[in-house]
This record gives sequence, structure tokens and C-alpha cells, in this order.
Amino acid sequence: MNLRIILSVGAVLGLIAFLSWGLLSSGDSELEPGRPVPVMELPTLPAGGEGSLADYRGKWVLMNIWASWCEPCREESPALEEFAVATRGKVRLLGIDTRDLSGDALRFMREFGISYPQLRDPDGAYADRLRTSGVPETFLIDPEGRLADRYKGPFRDLASIRKFAAPALDGGGGQ
Amino acid sequence: MRPEVADATKGRAGFGVALAVVLLVFSGLVPSASGSEPKTSVAQLEDEVMCVVCGTLLGLSQAPAADRQREFIQREIDRGRDREQIKASLVEEYGPGVLAMPEGAGIDLWAYLLPLIGLGLGVAGVAWFVYRWRRSGSDDDRDDDRHEPPAGPDAERLERELADFRG
Repeated sequence: MNLRIILSVGAVLGLIAFLSWGLLSSGDSELEPGRPVPVMELPTLPAGGEGSLADYRGKWVLMNIWASWCEPCREESPALEEFAVATRGKVRLLGIDTRDLSGDALRFMREFGISYPQLRDPDGAYADRLRTSGVPETFLIDPEGRLADRYKGPFRDLASIRKFAAPALDGGGGQ
Repeated sequence: MRPEVADATKGRAGFGVALAVVLLVFSGLVPSASGSEPKTSVAQLEDEVMCVVCGTLLGLSQAPAADRQREFIQREIDRGRDREQIKASLVEEYGPGVLAMPEGAGIDLWAYLLPLIGLGLGVAGVAWFVYRWRRSGSDDDRDDDRHEPPAGPDAERLERELADFRG
């Protein structure tokens, strides 16, 4: 077969493959329950170290994605702090501050007296990997690091957090 | 020189030196008329920085996060920082993705190089095509040159007409 024809067919097939890959990979498929939750090493807030979800392996984790500029995050913060204190030992609360200024985030933490650990996701890369639809969004993660459930939007009160975290609270809270 | 005159001269010289020192110190601390002008503005930076939440230019976004970014930029301007310093602070806070224009180093350099390479290849392609086209044209001309000279009555007529033409 003529070399020119082979090259033309190859170029067309390559283009089709590239476009198909683009279409398939652009889907906003969510992280499914039972699937491992992505892990990413992030700087701590306040600065001074690094951490990730992997540090909590063997424990139930309630991972809350938030930002200081997000008004609904302000609404749910007191209830989250209350939950963290009330369920310490059963469920670990982990905050991920995303696409935020560190100064604003620290002020937010002081304002709401947040005591549970926080990591910083400055460019939103981790939130993107989690395929969040916005902030706040909360993930319940089992001791094996798999997604148990996700909650989009702010929790109204402590009761709604307890209800969402029931599998962890009923399951004995890991080790 | 009398002692009192020498003392007065020394005093004046000392005062002059002290005045010069004070002026030098204050010229560094107090901004001059031109130095008091802001080095940049929020509006200028809005065209060079992305809204980290919306993925658009900061100037096009009215999101709360964009407002925070603008406030941050204004605070930096108030601190007397220039455009590059503010952009560096934003990168420190949000990462390099906050810049609308890629940096001219590392992998980002390709963002500038690829269009140039593409343009170069395009120009080379057009030049090659034109060269081939002209060459094929001149080949055709050469083919015309290779035609047999007229012979017989045509040759005689041509000679006649040329002779008439020459007079």
C-alpha cells in the first residue's frame, strides 16, 4: 500500500482516538461509595508540616472540604466543631481548606474555635481529584480508606452530622 | 586663622554634614512625589490573574473568592509591593495556576515555544510549496525552450519578417 495512504489513515485514526479519549475523560463521574478515596500529601494549616488522609488509615474519618470565603461553610462550622469534640475517639474530623488564602483561613479557624486538624489545598488540586461539586462538601471514609458516603452542602446542625456519620458511630469508630 | 573663626567654620561644616545626613535618611524613608504613586493597581492585575474558583480571569469574576483575591491584592498594593511581587505572593498562596499567563520556564515555556515552532513549520511549508511550484513552472518553460526551431517555409517567412523589421 502506498506510504502516503498509510500515513493519512494513521493520522485520521489518531485524531479519532484523541477525540474519543477527550470525551471519555471529561465526564464528571463522581467518586462512588466503596471506592478508595484519593490521597494527596498537603501542607498543614497552620503551616509547619504535611499530612494526608493516609495518616488516618484504620479510623473512620469525616473529611470536610471548606473555604473561608464560603458563606455556607460558616453556617456549618460550629456544628462540625461540636461534633469533633463530642465524637472524639470514634470519628476523626479532618478539614481541607481549598482555594483559600492562608491568612483568611486562619482567621476563620480562630473565629469558630476550630480544634480539629486542617490541611491546605491551595490550588484546589485535591478537591478536583475528589470531584467535589463545590464547598462545603463532606466525605465519610471508612477505616480502609474507602468512601462510605458524601454530603454536598452545609450541615444544618449537629443532628444532621450525626445522621450522616451514623455508619461510623454505629460501627464502633475503628481502632 | 583665629580660634573662634575656626570654631565657627567647623560648626557650619558640622551643621551641613548633619543636614545632609538627615536629608539622605529621610529621602529613603519618606516616599517622593513619584514614589507615593501606587506601583500597580487591582485593575491591572485582574487581567493577569485567574479567579481560583471560577477558572476565568479575575476581572471577569464576581465570586466571593474573587473578592477575597482582590482584597488581598489591594492589601499588597497598600504595602507598597509591585506587580511582580504581588504575583509571587499569589503564587505562594494558590500555586502557579493563579497566573493567567504561563511562566516562561520549565514546562510552561512550551506554551510560548509551540506557537513559534508551529509558525516556523507553517512558513517553511509554504516556502517549500512555493519553491516546488515555481520549479515546476520553470521546468515547463524549459520544455517550451526545447521546441524545434521552425523549418522550411516557416523559417523562410521568419527570416523575411526579421529582415523587414531590421529594415
